[in-house]
This record gives sequence, C-alpha cells and structure tokens, in this order.
Amino acid sequence: MAGTGLLLLALLLVRVLVGTPMVPIDLALRAISGEVVPGYSFIVVDHRLPAAVVALLAGVSFGLSGTVFQTLLRNPLASPDVIGVTLGSSAGAVLAMAFLGADGRALFWCALLGGLATAGLLLLVSGAGGPGASGGADNRFVLVGIGVAAALSALISYLLTRLSLQSAGDALHWLIGSLSSSTWDRAAVLGGALLVLVPVLALLVTRLRILQLGDDTATSLGLPVPRTRVALVLVAVALTALTVAVTGPLSFVAFLAGPIAQRLAGRPSFPLAAVVGAVIVLLADVIGQNLIPGTELPAGVVTGALGAPVLLWMIARTSTSGSGR
Amino acid sequence: MRRSTPLVIAGGVLALALACLLSLMVGARTVSPGTVMEALRSHDGALADHAVIQSRLLRTAAGVAVGAALAVAGAAMQGMTRNPLADPGILGINAGATTAVVLGVYLLDASRVAQFMGLALLGAGLGTVAVYAVASLGRDGATPVKLALAGAALTAGLGSLINALVMVDDSSLDRLRFWQVGTLGARSLRDIAGVGGLMAVGAVVILLAAGVLNALALGDDAAVGLGVKVGRARMLLGAAIILLCGAAVALAGPIGFLGLVVPHAARLLVGGDYRRIVPVCLLGGPVLILVADTVGRVIAPPAEVQVGVMTALLGVPVFVVLLRTRRQVGL
Repeated sequence: MAGTGLLLLALLLVRVLVGTPMVPIDLALRAISGEVVPGYSFIVVDHRLPAAVVALLAGVSFGLSGTVFQTLLRNPLASPDVIGVTLGSSAGAVLAMAFLGADGRALFWCALLGGLATAGLLLLVSGAGGPGASGGADNRFVLVGIGVAAALSALISYLLTRLSLQSAGDALHWLIGSLSSSTWDRAAVLGGALLVLVPVLALLVTRLRILQLGDDTATSLGLPVPRTRVALVLVAVALTALTVAVTGPLSFVAFLAGPIAQRLAGRPSFPLAAVVGAVIVLLADVIGQNLIPGTELPAGVVTGALGAPVLLWMIARTSTSGSGR
Repeated sequence: MRRSTPLVIAGGVLALALACLLSLMVGARTVSPGTVMEALRSHDGALADHAVIQSRLLRTAAGVAVGAALAVAGAAMQGMTRNPLADPGILGINAGATTAVVLGVYLLDASRVAQFMGLALLGAGLGTVAVYAVASLGRDGATPVKLALAGAALTAGLGSLINALVMVDDSSLDRLRFWQVGTLGARSLRDIAGVGGLMAVGAVVILLAAGVLNALALGDDAAVGLGVKVGRARMLLGAAIILLCGAAVALAGPIGFLGLVVPHAARLLVGGDYRRIVPVCLLGGPVLILVADTVGRVIAPPAEVQVGVMTALLGVPVFVVLLRTRRQVGL
C-alpha cells in the first residue's frame, strides 16, 4: 500500500512537470501557490494540474466500481466494461450528441442516465433484484451483461454512421476516453460525487463481506439480501457512469484495478484497488502525453493497449481454477 | 420444445425460401412476389423493377453465405470449447480479422474483397491462435472462463489499436465506421462465389465432423475414450472455423451475435446432437440475417440500418430469453 501510494505521488509529480515544455519544480510550486509565473502558470495551473487531479479521481472511481462488481458477482468478468454499464453511459452520451447536439452538462446527465438505465435493465432481466436462490450472484448477470454490451456497441457503431464526419471524429475521441479536456470544473464535479459515494460505499462494504458468506448465512444474520445487492450495484454504477461522463470510458481500468490490488495485497482490498486504479490512469496519461513527441495519445488508447497484455498475462498465470472464477 | 428433426429441417427450408423472397421484395422500392418470379425467370434489364431485384439478388446471396458461415462456425466453437458463450465475436476471432483488414486499409490501401479476404483470414487465424494459446497456459488449460477473458482482452486491446489508427486518419474513419457495423452492400457475383467457395469447404468439414463435435462436447477424456484423436480434431475444426469467420468478415464486416444465438436456438429445437444442430444452423443463420437485413432496410427510412446492428438488436432479446428459460448456465 505504501509503495503504491509513493508511486502515485511520483506519477502526479511527473504528470505536472514532464512534457513540452518541461517545468522546473520550483517554478511549478510558485505557480501553484498563486504566483504568476509567465509561460508556466497557465500550463501548470489550468492545464496539467486539473488533468492530473481528474486522472486521480477517475482512477479511484473506476477501481472501486470494478472491484464492487467483481466481488459482488464473484466473477472477474463482471467489471462494468464487460457487462455493458460503461457502454450504456457511452451510448447515452453519443445518443445525446447525435440527436440533441448536447455537450457539457447535458452530456454529463445523459451519460449518467445511460449507465443507470443499463444497470436497471440488467437487474431486471437477470432477476438479481428479486429474492431467489442466488439472485444476481450467478453467471446469468454476467451473460446478460455481455449480451446487452454487444447490443449497445452495435447501437453506438450505428450512431457513428449517422453523424457528420467531424462529429463522428469528436464522438470517437470521447468514446476512447481522454483527460485532455479536463478542467477544474470537471474535477470539482467528480470530486464532489466521490465525497458522497465513497462514504456510502464504505458503509456498504461491511455488508458486502457478509453477503460473501452466502445468501442464506447473510439472511440469517439479518441482512436484507436483495436490497443490499441493489444498493451496491447502484453505487458502483453511479461511480462508473459519473466518471464516464467526465473522462469517457477508459477501458480496462475498472477491469484490472481489483485483480492487481488483490495480487499485491494477497487479499481483496478496496483502498488498494482505488490507488491502483489511480496509478493506472495517471501512468496511461503520462505515457500518452510523452510517448510520441508532438502527438498526444488519449489515455484511453494507452489503457486499452497496455491493459490487454496485462490481462492476458494474468490469465496465463492463473494456476488454479479458484482465481479464474 | 423438441420437434422431430425432419419437421424442423422442412420448416427451415420453408422459412429460408420466404426470407429470400422477402429480401428480394422489400426495400426502398417494394415489388410484388409475381414480379420477383418473373425477373428470376426471364430477366429484362430495361425494367426498373428487374434491375432492383438483380442488385438485391447479390445482397441476398451474400446474406445466405454469411449467415450460414457464422451460425455453423458458432455451433462448432460452442461444441469444441464446451463453452455456451463461444461466438466469433466473443472469442476474439472477429477482432483479429477486423484489425487485419483495418491495418490493410490503412497501410496497404486495400479495397478489393480478395484483399480483405486474405487479410481477414490471416487476422482471424492469428487472433484465434493467440486467444487459445494464452488460455491454455497455466495448470487448468483452456477453461471457458479463461477463453472468454482472453477473447475479451484481445478484442479490447485491438479495439484500442484500431481507434488510435482511426484517430490520426480521417479518411480511414470514414470508410471504417460504415464497414464495422456490418453490411451486405453491393458486391460482385465473382466476390461472392470466391468467398462462398471457401465457406463451403469450411461448412462441409464441420458437417462431416459433427460426430466428432458430439464427442468433444463430452469433454476431452470422454472423447479420447471414444477413440477421437483430440489434438488433430481440434486443429481441423479450428481451421474450418477460421475459414468460415474470416470469409464472413471479408464479405460483410464484423457481424456479431449470429454465431451465438442461432446454435442455441437450434439446440432448443432439435436437442444436443451436433449432427442435427449443424444442418439446422445452416438454414437458421441465413434466415436470421436475411430478416435482419430486410427489417433494417425499412425500419428507419430513408436511411438503412446496417445488418450488423440489426442482428444484435434482434439477437439480444432472443439471447436473454434463452438465458432466462434455461436453469443452469455454465460458464
């Protein structure tokens, strides 16, 4: 945990200082403390620092959300990327772009609505909300999610064909996920959302641990099982959808943060998953900014490109069927 | 739900004939069945209706070929990997083929179906080998979950690569956004014949190997006990699957879901024997894709909704119903 935290701080520093132009650390500190440093203040205070903060918050949010889904459904496939929640938010946003010409705040609400609607559909169709032998904790939820995700991605592809080439390019850029348009406003929105959602999640995590003992045990311990499950899904969806609304879907962050944290700590850990998520997003953004001089790759391209080999490596290393489920 | 197989086959043939007829009749300019028959019997190029039907004929033929190829490939994959989720889209085969075609468009300026064909086959092969190799590492070998995870990882990773390419090049974006939704749009008869030939080879291999699929579906140990040379059978079936999927991507772009839904529907109709499932898929795949294509033409005039979008929109509800009605879903 301490090592990962240090890595996170180092990455924050690198994100603010490194790039074109390089910023000396003393000038950066003076700019942040409010002094006007010609040529540097704008870059540091209005450009790189908000990007770094949004990256941090987005990573925390995706990391927590993915871990909730994976733990709740006892399936590494159950991250919001795979079961369609992320795509639902994206589809909401692209629909709004295509038919309402929405941007800014409207886009934000449409993405949130898209994610929530998708989650509602999943709960309804898989019967996870109701009482039952295993509720949503079996593979049905994941399978329904994969099906819904396929339909949503077809819908998004279709919407892209209906937009002008210019708007399709913009929508695609957003669909990949990027921090390049981060502002203090967006950081504040995301920060505010986390201030509300993280304490709620912290309260619910104790109940999640009880749920993991099995539905019967949990019920006999006095836990309202279906209601708890729905509450957990809603918090996780809100985390994902809010973040997608701000940064676009950064693929693989929610998928990878939990399993990596588990490998590092030797047991599931929500705080560590949050930190790992933040490290992944910041690292991806730093790489995207600096890999090819003169070109900025969106962070989502990097998380996708790097995430795949990491995941493949994790699959290859899986030696027992226990951790494969 | 189970019906006798000859009845299902007869129903399938009838449904296919109807779907073909609809596909020829319906569109921006709808013609009567009589005119269709007349145009097929004695084509008169001077008549507008006949010209419309001729262009639809190509599209219908492409639909039959692609639908049959994807459904049969899906059935074979589900049997071979003992994975109810197996589908060219989910196991990374389409992603491999798509990426190869995109790279070809971008780097080599590929535009002919023959070029797409070669690229798609190469990509499908590489994608399949990569997913299977990764999933096979580790102690348990290629479990269904590991296969699905590896396929999802490959699909997402290659998707990022495609996105990065498309972002730096507007003209690729313009060509790709239409291609990647899957379309049976105008092709020449020669293209369809060439691609269809390869598909036929793949389909015949799987039809003949349906008994082996039955054995593999019982698990490797049981298959060995029944005298099947498991390694060789997998190689042969895998090659046939790659042929079918690569050819389908080359002809129509990545079309999802058909390979997942049609075999499941076939299994519900005729039971678990692949000697019955594969022939039913051969009929059911074209029916679904032709209906999807026809509905897509008229659902949002004046534009058309591409067939890849329609198969997903029609396929997902079917899939969900299947999931809800079946007790236990192995994964």
